[in-house]
Amino acid sequence: MKNIEIEFPGVKALKGVDFTFHTGSIHALIGANGAGKFTLMKVLVGAYNHYTGVIHLDGQPIEIRNPRDAKEHGIEIVYQEVDTALIPYLSVAENIMIDIMVNKMKNKHFIQWDKIYKDAKKVLDRINVSIDTRLLAQDLTLAQKQMVLIARALVEEQKFLVLDEPTAPLSQTETEELFRIVKDLAYNHNVGIIFISHRLPEIFDLCEVVTIIRDGKIVSEHKVAETNQTEVINEMLGHRFEETFPKTITEIKDKIFEARDISTNDHEVNDASLYVRAGEIIGIAGLVGAGKTELSKALFGALPLSKGEILINNHKTAIKNPRSAVKSGLALVPEERRKEGVFVEEPVYANLSASHLNAFANPMGFLLWYKERKHAENMVNTLSIKTPSIYQKVAFLSGGNQQKVAVGKWLSTNADIFIFDEPTKGVDVGAKHEIFELIGKLAKNGKAIIYASCELPEILGISDRTYVMYDRKIVKELVTAETNEAEILYYSAGGK
Amino acid sequence: MSFTKNQSSFLSSLGAFLTKWGTLVTILGLVIFFTIMTYNKDFDIYPFIQPSNIIHVFRSISIVTVIAIAITISLTVDGLDLSVGSMATFADSIVISAFVWYEFGLWAAILFTLFGAVLVGLANAFLIVKLRIPDLLATLSMLFIVEGVALTYTGGGSISEGMPRLDGTPTAGKLPAVFKEIGLVPMIIVIMVVVVILTHIFLTYTKHGRYMYVVGGNKEAARLSGIAVDKYRTLAYILSALIAGIGGMMLASKVGSSQVNAGAGYLMPAVAAAYIGFSFGGNGKPNAIGTLVGSILMGILDNGLVMMSVPYYSVNIFKGGVLAIALASNYLRKK
Repeated sequence: MKNIEIEFPGVKALKGVDFTFHTGSIHALIGANGAGKFTLMKVLVGAYNHYTGVIHLDGQPIEIRNPRDAKEHGIEIVYQEVDTALIPYLSVAENIMIDIMVNKMKNKHFIQWDKIYKDAKKVLDRINVSIDTRLLAQDLTLAQKQMVLIARALVEEQKFLVLDEPTAPLSQTETEELFRIVKDLAYNHNVGIIFISHRLPEIFDLCEVVTIIRDGKIVSEHKVAETNQTEVINEMLGHRFEETFPKTITEIKDKIFEARDISTNDHEVNDASLYVRAGEIIGIAGLVGAGKTELSKALFGALPLSKGEILINNHKTAIKNPRSAVKSGLALVPEERRKEGVFVEEPVYANLSASHLNAFANPMGFLLWYKERKHAENMVNTLSIKTPSIYQKVAFLSGGNQQKVAVGKWLSTNADIFIFDEPTKGVDVGAKHEIFELIGKLAKNGKAIIYASCELPEILGISDRTYVMYDRKIVKELVTAETNEAEILYYSAGGK
Repeated sequence: MSFTKNQSSFLSSLGAFLTKWGTLVTILGLVIFFTIMTYNKDFDIYPFIQPSNIIHVFRSISIVTVIAIAITISLTVDGLDLSVGSMATFADSIVISAFVWYEFGLWAAILFTLFGAVLVGLANAFLIVKLRIPDLLATLSMLFIVEGVALTYTGGGSISEGMPRLDGTPTAGKLPAVFKEIGLVPMIIVIMVVVVILTHIFLTYTKHGRYMYVVGGNKEAARLSGIAVDKYRTLAYILSALIAGIGGMMLASKVGSSQVNAGAGYLMPAVAAAYIGFSFGGNGKPNAIGTLVGSILMGILDNGLVMMSVPYYSVNIFKGGVLAIALASNYLRKK
């Protein structure tokens, strides 16, 4: 790809990017959020048609202006947001074979269902994944959905496969499984893999070449064997980056939140008990699917409880729904940021006031615009949210900045207990750092923090105590200072 | 090179301008077009822009606009109230029957009608919030139910002054003079403007309006922000029915009697006006002022085409065409 440029209203997303990659090789493309890596890949797969520059394949210039062009040249992508690519009410087999069913029917008008199921099974077998091809896509786990998408990309012989943050929703074993498949594709089937990820260890584990993009420009390209994580991080950020997990020492006071033996109606969480004290950060560790998200939601009243009780300041408190949770001083920063955390269609200022509009309205219910905007300006400064103005739609902010907005909307409520569910998912290193600082500051101000994550280094770095979840139960409570990654992993994998 | 670059940025800013103000530009274009096309050589006048004709246009759109505002409110919570036409019919029947059959006073009749509207709004909200039927389908059911209730209530016929009741007993009830004023210029236009302005203030300057937009933008995120999602969806449908009820009473006053299915014809033009209004001022959201502008666009088309002697039975071809163009300019750039 040569001299690729693209402009969106208000931003020049790519500024003359040259990018070369080869079949039979695994090439990492990394950059902070908003750097342009994803935009570049979308150009490659034909998601945009208004870019300038040329794309060559085997030395020949080719034209890619829509997804079909890309497919014809053997270029496929598996997007991070798996749900947007799957058709929920169709079966696994139909989702895998969708291109064949849609584009390759030619003069045939009847679907050969046997063949569809058989071929789908064959593709899944090829990547060594066993999923019942008759299941509906909507009933799959995130990891399974991703496998289905990779399988879909492999139905036809592909030259290049772009994987966008593929490991984000995967557990350790699933990730290893994915890497095995990716390596197999690259080295035994001569597919060129472009691997986009925020997880540096994975890149060093898997890829041969790493290209770093920053502010719409390629900064550098290294053979993975000839560089190291610190160098890559520095090039991504453009300035030196020291500690990753700042831990602020705080004074831990009284127990302010406790859950006793809670289970949800549909058994997403069973018999969970935990407590958190003012100024304390507790980690909820566990692999994907262990029930961390469900526990977060159950504590926040977003999933109905079938048993157990919640105590706030040692008083039994009924939390029927998120509304009563907010009234009781709880705040949740959910995992699915765009779907649950922020209002993407609303401007920044409206997001930052959404959970406590009463503070910005007079008794008649009329909004105090000046006060609301002033508050938004302050929040944008305090949290260093990168946005052209407080009137920008949140949809146009990068992941990390959206996350700051999702946190920001709770900061001036009277919340005492903050629940963070995978707050660093899809967030670049710089913003991650800021989010950690922010959480540390909240603890310092006497807030109680519940921090759920499958990133063990994060849990180890930030928390005072850690609860480990396995199979929808809390299986172990550990003092973070006295444990390590291996021990947590042991319990999260079901060890006793 | 720099020339093409300037040109493309000019084009993109022109595009942005048109997205924001395209409806107004279209209206302006249509006004100029109709003014020229209807020029009368014999008297050297431009009848299209005579004050009397402008007033006529506003009068003719006033009921559609009010019903379109009702739809706009349901759109803010990401719903769509299809029952507003039937609601208008129902209100029309109730208010006329209150005067003619039951000899209610002015305010008693109006309050009685609005009470009926609240019931319809609650029924919509019950289907949508409690029974979890998708908005469009729930209000579609209500479209039939309310229409049927109105017809059953009037015995399948019309009601007017001096007509006997369903059981054959004679009536002496009259429409109050003040009520008859509602359907006449200037009151009918004043009511429309007041409804638009109050709705605009409600949606833009109160926390309730903000909550409605937020709920409409993302229900799950709203729920997880501690917002009473169901309460605001219910409120939206009650307001929608109330405003449609006001539209029905305007209709009753304009016609002076209650006719079978009188409100049904207003539904689709009102839906169109509300959707055209989305893009107004770059909102990209349902909004009261935009809905008014959308309604004006439709009204001008109707009026101008008739003045150009396009047969009434062909007018809808052009209306539909312009609607498609107006909506295309909204959605084309969304990609």
